[in-house]
Amino acid sequence: MKFKQHSVLPGFNLSLGYSMLYLSLIVLLPLAALISKSLGLSWAQFWATVSEPRVVATYQVTFGASLLAALINLFVGLLIAWVLVRYPFPGKRFIDALVDLPFALPTAVAGIALATLYAPNGLLGEPLEKLGIKIAFTPAGIVLALTFITLPFVVRTVQPVLEDMERELEEAASSLGATRWQIFSQVILPTIFPALLTGFTLAFARAIGEFGSVIFIAGNMPFKSEITPLMIISKLEQYDYLGATAIAVVMLLVSFALLLLINGLQWWMAKRLGRRK
Amino acid sequence: MATTTRSLATTEAPWIRYTLTTLALALITLLLIVPLLSVFYEALHQGWQLYQDSLLESDALAAIKLTLIVAAISLPLNLVFGVAAAWAIAKFDFKGKSILITLIDLPFAVSPVVAGLIYVLLFGAHGWWGPWLAEHDIKIIFAVPGIVLATVFVTFPFVARELIPLMEAQGSEEEQAALVLGASGWQTFWHVTLPNIKWGLLYGVILANARAMGEFGAVSVVSGHIRGMTNTIPLHVEILYNEYNFVGAFACASILALLALATLAIKSYIEWRTEQQAAEDRKHATEE
Repeated sequence: MKFKQHSVLPGFNLSLGYSMLYLSLIVLLPLAALISKSLGLSWAQFWATVSEPRVVATYQVTFGASLLAALINLFVGLLIAWVLVRYPFPGKRFIDALVDLPFALPTAVAGIALATLYAPNGLLGEPLEKLGIKIAFTPAGIVLALTFITLPFVVRTVQPVLEDMERELEEAASSLGATRWQIFSQVILPTIFPALLTGFTLAFARAIGEFGSVIFIAGNMPFKSEITPLMIISKLEQYDYLGATAIAVVMLLVSFALLLLINGLQWWMAKRLGRRK
Repeated sequence: MATTTRSLATTEAPWIRYTLTTLALALITLLLIVPLLSVFYEALHQGWQLYQDSLLESDALAAIKLTLIVAAISLPLNLVFGVAAAWAIAKFDFKGKSILITLIDLPFAVSPVVAGLIYVLLFGAHGWWGPWLAEHDIKIIFAVPGIVLATVFVTFPFVARELIPLMEAQGSEEEQAALVLGASGWQTFWHVTLPNIKWGLLYGVILANARAMGEFGAVSVVSGHIRGMTNTIPLHVEILYNEYNFVGAFACASILALLALATLAIKSYIEWRTEQQAAEDRKHATEE
């Protein structure tokens, strides 16, 4: 097979060449610099840096909080998508648009707003404190910030699938005697499952790398509420470039693995939905 | 509406519908609306005068100016790339296309902090080209070029991502017709392709702009936080907040919140337009 199929349209060499050059300069070369810098470390040094107890504690906090936030959004996102697609209510267009707020609102703004709201003297933090619940400056605050930041993912992956679902399937199930709950759990849920899983993974991947919204509310106490991206920053502030690089490589590998997983999930989703049509 | 006449076979009992709707709206209020409103409340609750003074203070103005400059440089760069990449990917078939698409998405998968770090490793004092840059007195890290680079990285995929599926769906019959009628490649692009993709282009640019003006993590690593010099609005917000100047921090944050609301409004408008257009196209198709 030839590299390129014949086409009458011009500009292939120019557009592909420019895209490749720009991609290489902005994305690939800097990422290569990171990998090459990390090769300056011996395996033992690398391992010692990334398995330092304080760093390991940040993995636990980051992964735990991200997993929890993605799980919360699995349910919240499904509920919001369901209500937006299936039930009429006033102001629906406005609410639908508002769901994307976390994508449009700068993370630092979300961070200071949540930290102020849920601080012990804040509008919501004060009543919660009386109930004995502390959110700001604890790991719960991290989960809250990550839940905010990743809220749109599940909604936006599930919503179009729910919209395209054929009612005939539900009618058929109903005429065969299925209850509404059976229809939901055995007809609707399997259809939207790949979308749910994709949204969940996208939310998790985003939460792992999140920085701006978290640092204001986390309190950043070593071994308790420090996230991994913060570790990179604090190593950099101590001019420990190799240490920062080693941790960044770990994060990069996790990101790549999640990216591959997401691509696989989307392929699976397209295949499943395509087969149904 | 179809939803009100639907039989119980494909919907739930009214009490379930009301409960679920109320629950969803309550969650949206608590998670999204309350934090958004609190930004404006915190900014304004000590009076308009203080709000105005906080925004007109020289470091705040410098931050606003820098944010606008950074967006004005990084957006056109990614716009040109997005159009070029979409042209190559959507209009031609070549080997390795899906790898290229994955690579374009890469910056979205990388943590913002790592995005900042990679430029420090290239251009920082201890980086690959650090010594050479120092010799020639060129400052990239802890200066405006570094902030621009980090911003370009985090907003890299937006335009390309919006245009690739759009241009793939449109096919290339119209371009082929223009070429057969004797138009040059550039004429075809300006008069045929560009009008077809302008709304998708705007959509991508609007989203990229929101991210460019609001980016925190990546920019924070390369900026050096020099007041009045290398602070964008989000970094200025952080400094004010950490100095317990809450009114100042929330005043600057409120500009960004307004930007977010404007972004959502324009985004919804474009989506609404696209839907109208699609409905009209379907109508024409059935009439024919």
